[in-house]
Amino acid sequence: MFSFKTKSLFGQTKQLEKEIDQFVDILSEVGLLFKSIVLAYLNSGITDKFDEVVKQVSEMESRADKITKEVERTLYEETLIPDSRSDVLRLLEHLDEIIGMYQGNCYHFSIQKPNFPKEFQNDLIKLSETVVSCVESLCLTVRSFFRDIKSVRDHAHKVTFYEKESDKQFTSLARKIFDSELSLDQKMHLRYFVEKIDRICDQAEDIADEIQIYAIKRSI
Amino acid sequence: MIFLLGGLFLGWSLGANDAANVFGTAVGTRMVQFKTAALVCSVFVILGAIISGAGTTETLGKLGAINALPGAFAACVAAGLSVYIMTKFGLPVSTTQAIVGAIVGWNVYTGSSTNIKILFTILSTWILCPIIAALIAMFFFIITKQILRKSNWHLLRLDAYTRTALLLAGAFGAYSLGANNIANVMGVFVPISPFTDIHLMNVFTFSSKEQLFLLGGIAIAVGVFTYSKKVMFTVGNDLLKLSPPAAFIVVIAHSIVLFLFASQGISDFLHSINLPSIPLVPVSSSQAVVGAVIGIGILKRGKEVQWDIAGKIAIGWFLLPVIAALISLAVLFVLQNIFNQTVSF
Repeated sequence: MFSFKTKSLFGQTKQLEKEIDQFVDILSEVGLLFKSIVLAYLNSGITDKFDEVVKQVSEMESRADKITKEVERTLYEETLIPDSRSDVLRLLEHLDEIIGMYQGNCYHFSIQKPNFPKEFQNDLIKLSETVVSCVESLCLTVRSFFRDIKSVRDHAHKVTFYEKESDKQFTSLARKIFDSELSLDQKMHLRYFVEKIDRICDQAEDIADEIQIYAIKRSI
Repeated sequence: MIFLLGGLFLGWSLGANDAANVFGTAVGTRMVQFKTAALVCSVFVILGAIISGAGTTETLGKLGAINALPGAFAACVAAGLSVYIMTKFGLPVSTTQAIVGAIVGWNVYTGSSTNIKILFTILSTWILCPIIAALIAMFFFIITKQILRKSNWHLLRLDAYTRTALLLAGAFGAYSLGANNIANVMGVFVPISPFTDIHLMNVFTFSSKEQLFLLGGIAIAVGVFTYSKKVMFTVGNDLLKLSPPAAFIVVIAHSIVLFLFASQGISDFLHSINLPSIPLVPVSSSQAVVGAVIGIGILKRGKEVQWDIAGKIAIGWFLLPVIAALISLAVLFVLQNIFNQTVSF
């Protein structure tokens, strides 16, 4: 009875580790897809390929939701990691919000079709790349929290760096937009998109700060 | 035979209270299910009592050779009652200290001499036990921290390993508890055992002492199953909040200390290499746990230890044997003068 329960415990643990890894993979992949969506939109507008990629992001977001629910159910049913459970579930919930933000931005591009003049496109691409790098560093922070706690601070530090860069790029681009000859409604529309992209970094930094606290709590 | 009920009552209260020292944090934090903990605890307590309980029993017998069943009954009832009173005040108590106080009470009442050398040996272990437990806990804490720092185990994998470790440490702890503390439960009955040796096919002998230990072990197991759950869910975090790996360290330190003070094998080995042998004395499971917890707390620079609770616990340790001795005197008086029982020969 005892050895069967132990085998089942280790089997379940392995399965959960896989699911959490898959979740972080989804977060990383959605970011890369988002970058390609911004590029595709600026180059060619709404095309079939663009719609296909947006659909892919949506499917990945649903998969992430499923994984979060499964992890939550297993952690509670099997009373695993009782001292870290609430931290881990809160972390997954907040990471899922970032995937949701990526998905939301993709739909906003698809529905609202913002008109970005050529002079702003490079800045927008750079901002998107910074945001994706920020979230990539966040993914490394999350993986470290689960596997290599002493590296959490190193990766979290990079998230903060990219968040500051993103703020600078957002401020610079917003200033350029409002200094331009565009009408006020066009300026507000473009600023809305730029701000929504920048907010992903703000969320990522908040999560990185949370992870650092969770890491301290995990000390023996 | 009815006088054995005193020992069984003490065994039940030992199981109800001390099982929490072995599995309290594991069950309280839900790392191990209560049913699993209770089963493992019961099996290994009985094994420890029967296989390794003789050494500490001999030492306790030298403190005061209670030679009448009513006298032994009185000692057990006095110990059990004093443990119950202190538990009501919310203090972790030691059945060891209670039975020692009760035996000294019997010695005083009957005019028998108390073996001062043995008494001082026992008293010294009350100071040594928590100190040794603290030192062992500190050692394991440092080692475990290094292992965890270098291992890079996934959080979930670490959780699974910790659960398994807590179960194994708990089994060892239960064995040590049985080996070390069965003397508290049945030690006073050994010189006047109502049982006779059972010979099975001229191959195996189940001695009267072992039968007593089995009975005492079963009483402890009943205490574990019937009352320890409540105690397990309340123990553990009052003195210092422990993470599951730290809880494992506390259990292993506690188990090693109890085993050291019960193992004839280790005692003989140390004697054979001309080192001072460890006295085989029943020591307090609660004191070992408190010592281990404080040891870890000291390594964390003592910030998180609830020192006021530690102070209360220490006061309880001094009061308990005195209370047990006084109750022993009262019970002996009642048995002799009201129930006309012979409390000594």
